Amino acid sequence: MVLKLKSIAQVAAGAVLAASIGTQALAQETVKIGLIVPLSGGQASTGKQIDNAIKLYMQQNGATVAGKKIEVIVKDDGAVPDNSKRLAQELIVNDKVNFLAGFGVTPAALAVAPLATQAKVPQVIMAAGTSIITERSPYIVRTSFTLAQSSEIIADWAAKNGIKKVAALVSDYAPGADALNFFKPKFTAGGGEVVEEVKVPLANPDFAPFLQRMKDAKPDAMFVFVPAGQGGNFMKQYTERGLTGIKVIGPGDVMDDDLLNGMGDAALGAVTAHLYSAAHPSQKNKDFVAAYKKAFNQRPGFMAVGGYDGIHLIYEALKKTGGKTDGDALIQAMKGMAWESPRGPISIDPETRDIVQNIYIREVKKVDGELYNVEFATFEAVKDSGKIKK
Amino acid sequence: MTTFLTILFDGVAYGMLLFVLACGLAVTLGLMNFVNLAHGAFAMAGGYVCAMLVNRYGLPFFAGLPMAFVVSAAIGFVLERLLYRHLYHRNHLDQVLFTVGLVFMSVAAVDYVMGSSQVFINLPQVLQGQIDLFGVGIGRYRLMIIVICGILTVLLQLTLARTRFGSQLRAAVDDPRAAVGLGINVPWVFALTFAFGSGLAGLGGALGAEILGLDPHFPLKFMIYFLIVVTVGGSSSITGPFLASLLLGIGDVAGKYYVPKLGAFVIYTMMIVILILRPNGLFGKTAVR
Amino acid sequence: MPWYEMPWRERTGIVGSLYDLSRWRWGEMLFWTLALMAILLFPHRYLILTEIAWLALFVLSLDLILGYAGIVSLGHAAFFGVGAYTAGLLALHHIIDEPVLALLVAGLAAMVLGFVTSFLVMRGADLTRLMVTLGIALLLRELANRFSDITGGFDGLQGIVMQPVLGLFEFDLFGKTSFIYCLVVLFLMFLLARRIVHSPFGLSLRAIRNNPLRAAAIGIPVNRRLTAIYTIAAFYAGLAGALSTQSTALASLDVFSFERSADLLLVLVIGGTGYLYGGLIGAVVFKLLQDVLATWTPQYWQFWIGLILVVLVLIGRERLHRWTRWGPERIKTILDARKSAAVAGEKTP
Repeated sequence: MVLKLKSIAQVAAGAVLAASIGTQALAQETVKIGLIVPLSGGQASTGKQIDNAIKLYMQQNGATVAGKKIEVIVKDDGAVPDNSKRLAQELIVNDKVNFLAGFGVTPAALAVAPLATQAKVPQVIMAAGTSIITERSPYIVRTSFTLAQSSEIIADWAAKNGIKKVAALVSDYAPGADALNFFKPKFTAGGGEVVEEVKVPLANPDFAPFLQRMKDAKPDAMFVFVPAGQGGNFMKQYTERGLTGIKVIGPGDVMDDDLLNGMGDAALGAVTAHLYSAAHPSQKNKDFVAAYKKAFNQRPGFMAVGGYDGIHLIYEALKKTGGKTDGDALIQAMKGMAWESPRGPISIDPETRDIVQNIYIREVKKVDGELYNVEFATFEAVKDSGKIKK
Repeated sequence: MTTFLTILFDGVAYGMLLFVLACGLAVTLGLMNFVNLAHGAFAMAGGYVCAMLVNRYGLPFFAGLPMAFVVSAAIGFVLERLLYRHLYHRNHLDQVLFTVGLVFMSVAAVDYVMGSSQVFINLPQVLQGQIDLFGVGIGRYRLMIIVICGILTVLLQLTLARTRFGSQLRAAVDDPRAAVGLGINVPWVFALTFAFGSGLAGLGGALGAEILGLDPHFPLKFMIYFLIVVTVGGSSSITGPFLASLLLGIGDVAGKYYVPKLGAFVIYTMMIVILILRPNGLFGKTAVR
Repeated sequence: MPWYEMPWRERTGIVGSLYDLSRWRWGEMLFWTLALMAILLFPHRYLILTEIAWLALFVLSLDLILGYAGIVSLGHAAFFGVGAYTAGLLALHHIIDEPVLALLVAGLAAMVLGFVTSFLVMRGADLTRLMVTLGIALLLRELANRFSDITGGFDGLQGIVMQPVLGLFEFDLFGKTSFIYCLVVLFLMFLLARRIVHSPFGLSLRAIRNNPLRAAAIGIPVNRRLTAIYTIAAFYAGLAGALSTQSTALASLDVFSFERSADLLLVLVIGGTGYLYGGLIGAVVFKLLQDVLATWTPQYWQFWIGLILVVLVLIGRERLHRWTRWGPERIKTILDARKSAAVAGEKTP
């Protein structure tokens, strides 16, 4: 009973707050986006890519939408969830932001979810990839990916392409567990066998012992998930150990585009399933890659695309509401929205507010002297199977 | 058995790498009694210098390594003359504050100049892959690390124990005033030692980029490991840190191989147990104050 | 007659100096008045003020062992983390819903850990202690990651709903309740710390810090005293962790991180060790500085923090403290001079 009263009180408080924010928002001519990403610490490259992509998008499309000026307030949370939460709270209360966006890691996104609900502010997830996130608040929309999407697809592909025995190496944290949990049942159902599973500590300087275990298991292929940024390090040691006979498969995080070139020829032949490749053969993507390279002297990775699509979604939602910044209306506008992204056609699932996108099977190949993930098979409009299961 | 030998080999290589990275710290801390937490920043500098020279200017890798040493040593020398020498007589907490400040600056500055993504050094073909020695898989790169680090260790030990500079350094540390009285240019000896330690870190950074990865976060990420090596080894000589590096390297690699579920626990547990049994480190004779 | 019943002027010698030390100075009152005023003055900044408040409590804890007993630690986050997770688990599973009670239990949990681990840090020199404490914190972090079904692993404890403090004061979105709550706890714990450091027990700690051998020679049970203060400090750190969990309604692996312990050490050293306000001032300065810089340049604020640290050390903290004290002290001398003039004036006729 106490609990119930409490939650009623909370809803009431939220409503009052939302109302006060709503009225102020109507009066103002700027729309504020609070961008919370890690810009310091080990996850900094994720935040940088998102920040860059958003800057690029705004350069290309102007900073005015539906008569409103767009203002992005960038905050660094260092991927520490209590920071994310405090920053989000301040952005809502003081800056009266109309959108919260970014979120480099799952805990950060989860920490902010209750605030989004309470203040009725849309929260656009541009990086974090655990399945559960969108279920934590009706105001969460995701433009990145979920691990289930790519893990299941690669499992399917592997089972159908003569890979029988797989050894798995995943980072020892929630997304790693997610990746493996979605890969394994699908792969074994397809007749494959996971002969070895190793969880690698997140802060791990030397992959040698784990790779040796992989080698000893003598698999046909190795299923790998390490967070964006560690892939290069991993591939380097993979070559060094002379594992080149064992195919690397997995979600595309390990073959992140911004690192791929540094990995050297060792990466050649690795097959991954992922949402984006800088080599995606569409005009839209070619333009995007060229513009990004020109502006930041670096190849965009999938994190950049998450940010690029996220800001696009915000722009389009504002256009649809005619510049109205009411949280419910915006979320309503976002649901079911579909557009052509640099990664290919994508849409927002009206049921789950999660992203629906093509997942491509890619192989690392050399194109014009540079390494690229070249797409050779497409699974169209993949939903997050983490939710379909329930 | 062959697997065991491979693991042993990997562990030794990893330990050697840790040693080259950390031994400069052991010298500044043990001999000069200065807590230089910015040690990793010199390693990072070396790594980036090597990466720049090799990747961008096409210098061969084996020419990049000495350059990493030279540039880091030069940076170390300049900073010592300009900043560090004023702090030798401050208490340790001031030194911590100062050097952590330097780390923060270096992290942000490298991020600004070089970007926050990981950087790799293009390796020559000779160093890639494994060779098979009586059924034992030997990584070429790791073999090179062992050779280079082995030679360095011997040279270092000889320099400290046998040369005139070595005895001057030991004298300067034991009693700076008496050393000055004997005509030893103490500030000069300290500056050279510091520069040399920084240079070694730079070399370690360049060597380690392949295995440990290299990004702007490097000095913070590996600060703990350097400190572990120095404390466990005891900092009164360089044999201590050397053996400690080997022990930790082998322990860490073997632990992660044989009991991967406890992977992350191994190195910390080893450290705590050793320090409780021998508070001054494995080979420490006197307490570090 | 016990000393506290003695009239002021008769309190001489040790009793007098003890009394002098523990007397409230006007600067202290000013400090706390300002802290209280912050509730009215900065209604938009409650969230960061809350963080400052629990950080201050956390720093106080480190000051107790480092500044007063000379035990350095780079793993103080261990206690913070245990407090944070205990408070989080108690609230999440509705074991103890009332925050104040949960706070105490969390503090006690950290205290138990403090007592047990205190025996590990008794031996060895500074560097050894640094590394042993650090190792303990990192091990706990790994444990929390391993037992993810209890701790939520990398995702942290999510979905905590905090009940009103004492059943009366709801936690609100603006953070007013949590700030006042943290401030009150901080003040009470500060009073206790003040009492501790000015007691004979506190003095004996300082004796140990200055020279353990001599302290042992005059009959101070060195190890027992160190264990005691370490355990107390763990309690403080546990409270700080619990406050952080209660005010943000989440706890994640970061509570155990090396960065947290290292930042803590920075904060304390910036403020100055060995006097209770050092930690408090350090917390205020560090957090505000970080906030201002991160707002100004969210990507490269670390550079400027680093620069400030470097400059701070090069100028010398003592000199800086002299500068900051110069103003108030000047005023005080003027006031004192006036007062004595006035007193003299009263006496003359």
